[in-house]
Amino acid sequence: MNTLTIAWKSIRQRRLASLLTALSVALGVTLMVSVLVINSVIDRMFNQTASGYDLVVGAQGSKLQLVLSTVFRVGAPIENLPYRYYTELKKDPRVEEAIPFAIGDVTQTGGFPIVGTIPRYFALEYVPGRHFRINKDGKFLPGTWDAVIGSVVAKQNNWKMGDEFQLIHGSAEMGHVHDEKFKIVGILAPTGTPNDRTVFVNLRGFYQVSGHEKPLDEALRREAAFFGEKIDEEKLKALMKENAAHDHSGHDHSGHDHEVPDAQKEVTAILVQMKGDRLRGFTTIKFQSELQEANQAMAVNPIQQISWLMTNIVGNIRTMLVVLTSLIILVSGVSIFVSIYNSMSDRKREIAIMRALGAGRTAVFTIILSESVLLCLGGGILGIILGHGLVCIAAPIIEARSGLLINPFAFSSVELILLPILVVLASLVGFIPAMTAYRTDVASTLSD
Amino acid sequence: MSLLLENVKKCYKEPDGSTLPILDIERFELKENEQVVLIGESGSGKSTLLNVIAGITAADSGKVTIAGTEIASMAEVVRDRFRAERIGFVFQTFNLLPAFSALENVLLGMSFSRKKPNRDRAKELLALVGLEHRLHHLPKQMSVGEQQRVAVARALANQPKLLLADEPTANVDLANQETILHLLRDACAQNQISMLLVTHSQEVAKQFDRVETLTEFNKVHAKV
Repeated sequence: MNTLTIAWKSIRQRRLASLLTALSVALGVTLMVSVLVINSVIDRMFNQTASGYDLVVGAQGSKLQLVLSTVFRVGAPIENLPYRYYTELKKDPRVEEAIPFAIGDVTQTGGFPIVGTIPRYFALEYVPGRHFRINKDGKFLPGTWDAVIGSVVAKQNNWKMGDEFQLIHGSAEMGHVHDEKFKIVGILAPTGTPNDRTVFVNLRGFYQVSGHEKPLDEALRREAAFFGEKIDEEKLKALMKENAAHDHSGHDHSGHDHEVPDAQKEVTAILVQMKGDRLRGFTTIKFQSELQEANQAMAVNPIQQISWLMTNIVGNIRTMLVVLTSLIILVSGVSIFVSIYNSMSDRKREIAIMRALGAGRTAVFTIILSESVLLCLGGGILGIILGHGLVCIAAPIIEARSGLLINPFAFSSVELILLPILVVLASLVGFIPAMTAYRTDVASTLSD
Repeated sequence: MSLLLENVKKCYKEPDGSTLPILDIERFELKENEQVVLIGESGSGKSTLLNVIAGITAADSGKVTIAGTEIASMAEVVRDRFRAERIGFVFQTFNLLPAFSALENVLLGMSFSRKKPNRDRAKELLALVGLEHRLHHLPKQMSVGEQQRVAVARALANQPKLLLADEPTANVDLANQETILHLLRDACAQNQISMLLVTHSQEVAKQFDRVETLTEFNKVHAKV
């Protein structure tokens, strides 16, 4: 019979007290594990999602808002940029790829964000080393009225290939429903990124939706103002006259296709991938500052913004939660101390008997310390199981609400040091009761 | 294994600061394989004497020598191991651990020696004391007589060479007294174990060849 068996016997003898004590540790560890697993998923999502491009270009305003609305599809987008800006930027010799994004509408069912874009978006990596995968027979937006939907959208709206849907301008409850219908031609495989909660429609179709193109005179005036150009009123009048021959607004365009003039198009953001490998970082910074100096748009490095967000907001919340759960574990440690210490007066005789049978002081010290460690480790292991169980239950809810794919059995690296930390905590709280055992006066205890 | 006590003195401190002498033994010897009864009234220092011999309590002065080795000269760790491996202890109140079954209590007796606890031997010992059918019973599920028999089995667990029995029959009925005494005496005789049994019972003392009265060699006895 070894030390651990003797300690385990003693724990079983005080079954209820031991169970409650271990449960208090388990509760703390459960919360800690839940926080760590969810945090690691958020961390991964925020740090890896913006990986296929170097810059996000958008209208001047809040940098974080631009990144959140473009990359994470959270919150309202900033102002739009003229389409011409995109075409000119695309021609820049330093730019490898420029992907336009038109954001602002949502789906009628589920309120999922709609992104008007071009098929080349799906050629970018969505996290390092990973490319979008689509269902068998699926296509990446070949036609004007084609749509590709994320996995969560498909699951939650129960949408299948060939299904059609309409766009809503504004919110799902209050917005105006556009008449045009888009057809689902592809369903993306889960990515664990906001793409799972997004509906991608062909940018050409997006522009042809009634009300999406700006009135020509307004568009031209805005474009001229944006580029600091003077507008030729005569030319404008002529264009207006020509345009009146085919009025784009006020009728449903789905089913038939006619290109909207570039002047009437706008983009919300442009994802820019720079050329080169070795000097890419330097080129990006130079390019970014050039755009800044031009005072027309802003180019934001999404990683920097995410890093800021992680450090100043998400990081602080994480730290607060980790501190809180650590305190819970610490309090559980104190309850182990109280439980074992209170039992010491009842167990003094047992310890004296063991000493009389030849157990050394170190042996009884180790037995008591082992009890503390067993309780803490038992509670810790139970907490890890419960924590992952909790995440397992919460995962579908979180996935449905945020599109975050959470693997409940994904271990956070911090979990690996959780158990050694618990052993240290158990040793600290078990030290005083163990010393009481160590100092037991055998003769006087046995004669009592 | 022989036991020799020379000029052993032990006093306790009273709450008022005064000292209470308990033992003052000029010489006491127990020869190898000998079985001796030490008779004395309650409070005469019998238990203290056994604790001093087992190295649980240190004598204030004098020498306790077991098998040629002086107990006080051993480091505490060595003394603990010596007690675990060479001395068997039977207590008046059995002192079984309540959370441990009969078998586990015997195994516990083996746990503190350097040898690996032997489950088969523990079962054999329990069979020897007639408890082969009570291996997995907890102390509270056994009669007092059975509990004391478990204590006897535990005392024999490490094949000791000296067995100290402190009023082993005081808490059991007459029938069990006989059984336990026979068990102790037979086991000691068969295994060449020296036994020192302390009791206040003349009935018990009558069964032994050598009976010593504590008053005869403990000088303080009269004062206690």
